[in-house]
Amino acid sequence: MGNYFQPEIECASPEQIRAWQDERLMHTVRHVYDNVAYYRNLMKERGVEPGDIKSVDDLYKLPFLTKDDLRDAYPYGLLAVPLRDTVRIQSTSGTTGRRVVAFYTQHDIDLWDDCCARAIVAAGGTKDDVVHVCYGYGLFTGGPGLNGGSHRLGSLTLPMSSGNTDRQIQFMCDLGSTILCCTPSYAAYLAESICERGLQDQIKLKAGIFGAEAWSEEMRRDIENKLNIKAYDIYGLTEISGPGVSFECSEQTGMHINEDHFIAEIIDPVTGKVLPEGEKGELVFTSITKEAFPLLRYRTRDICVLSRKKCSCGRTHVKMTKPMGRSDDMLIVKGVNVFPSQIETVLLNKGYAANYQIIVSRENNSDRLEVQVEMTPEMFSDAVSEIAVREKELVDALKSMLGIYAVVRLVTPKSIARSEGKAVRIIDKRNLYE
Amino acid sequence: MTVKQLSVFLENKPGRLAELTKALRQNGIDMRAMSIADAPDFGIARVIVDDPYEAACVLKDAGYVLSVTPVLAVAIPDEAGSLYEILRVLGENEINLEYTYAFPTAKKGQALMIFRVENNEKAIEALSGLSIVPLCQDAINQL
Ligand SMILES: [Zn+2]
Repeated sequence: MGNYFQPEIECASPEQIRAWQDERLMHTVRHVYDNVAYYRNLMKERGVEPGDIKSVDDLYKLPFLTKDDLRDAYPYGLLAVPLRDTVRIQSTSGTTGRRVVAFYTQHDIDLWDDCCARAIVAAGGTKDDVVHVCYGYGLFTGGPGLNGGSHRLGSLTLPMSSGNTDRQIQFMCDLGSTILCCTPSYAAYLAESICERGLQDQIKLKAGIFGAEAWSEEMRRDIENKLNIKAYDIYGLTEISGPGVSFECSEQTGMHINEDHFIAEIIDPVTGKVLPEGEKGELVFTSITKEAFPLLRYRTRDICVLSRKKCSCGRTHVKMTKPMGRSDDMLIVKGVNVFPSQIETVLLNKGYAANYQIIVSRENNSDRLEVQVEMTPEMFSDAVSEIAVREKELVDALKSMLGIYAVVRLVTPKSIARSEGKAVRIIDKRNLYE
Repeated sequence: MTVKQLSVFLENKPGRLAELTKALRQNGIDMRAMSIADAPDFGIARVIVDDPYEAACVLKDAGYVLSVTPVLAVAIPDEAGSLYEILRVLGENEINLEYTYAFPTAKKGQALMIFRVENNEKAIEALSGLSIVPLCQDAINQL
């Protein structure tokens, strides 16, 4: 209790939040309609005018926006203010297709910083903390986001960026970093490296804020135990601003969405129909305070559930679950939906390292799913039969989680590339689109 | 009365065994005997070296996953039926033999065998009935 950056907003009454949303939504719709031809055309196609949107209840009337729209409108097609009013560009990593760029005015950056400051405070951060940011800096929003939030809060900020693990650990020990911000896979790698070097006593970390990729509860426990910290999730996407769209509180049961800036909806990814609270579906965001790059009903492709259950931390903003999968990442193998996070859960439950690789191929017109796992000292035995038994247990556990058979391949420790940015876990060799 | 064998995990990929022997050789460790256990997708290299402690450290540092297993090294007279005698005695005493492999020596008229059994103490006692005393680590180092 009591860890708020902006208590009057974070703990506002639901009526107050709703009033902000109604007013800001109307304003934003008018703003994009007047200033962005792309939106004007989309809305005209749907037969919607700004006057039709009087409250959040009218949101469903607006068309959706997808990543394809952002690519079509690249680079300036969705910019809602004159170029001279913008101060920053960030961009997505662009693994497929054209990059997506997002623009910010100073006002937009300030609000983003507020969101990240809320996340740091929720993780126990104060002005007295040393915030160690090893998200990538540059076009990626991770570094700039947490950096900005830490500045806003007034914490000492270490802009480490990603990579150079030796230096990360050295600074962590020398400067007494207390809050670590990075991707969960890099946090796991750092934790492993710190334990290997026996430096657990030399670090002063108390909390970590980890986001930008999927991670499981088991991975959280693993990092928390190794580093003796509390690990908090943070969520965001470049299109909407960056990290800090939602963040975890002390309860660690989901992330509060900053509803004074973003309206969240859950839709059926196939029909586009809005689903009631508590149902699983695709998360859709409407940003209602942005000047340069406001997005209406942007489909995130993240599958999750929203909950308005009262939270013990005192915050009143709606909570979202950790994304349970991404429709982008989702693999369809033998006609079954497979999410990497499911595989990770099984591996960690069975005591394997969080490092794994999924290889999908096609043999004789049938899909083959292979999970490569690094051998660990705990799983090793002098007897082939004992290892075979453990392998079989893993295959069975995967089968019961995924519903399909996966081949397990044990590989040399540390042979799967450790990522210092986003993890590449899936290799799909099927060339389904050729 | 036992010898420390290193069991090393090997991914089923060309060149892994060569890398292992190279790692040992580069660190001045002398490999005395080796056997490979194969599973469809991985292998276990079982090796006897002159300095098991040093070898384990070197291999761990090089990133290998391994375990140290006490096994029996037995000198077998080079005459018909002597291996049979040993197996018979182990069998009669209900001692499970998990695996065995030969150990090359320069000494004429004598063969060395490595036995991995369920219970070393029990096996040593059973073998004493045949007046066989398994070699200790020092004896291996002096071979
Ligand atoms: Zn809460």
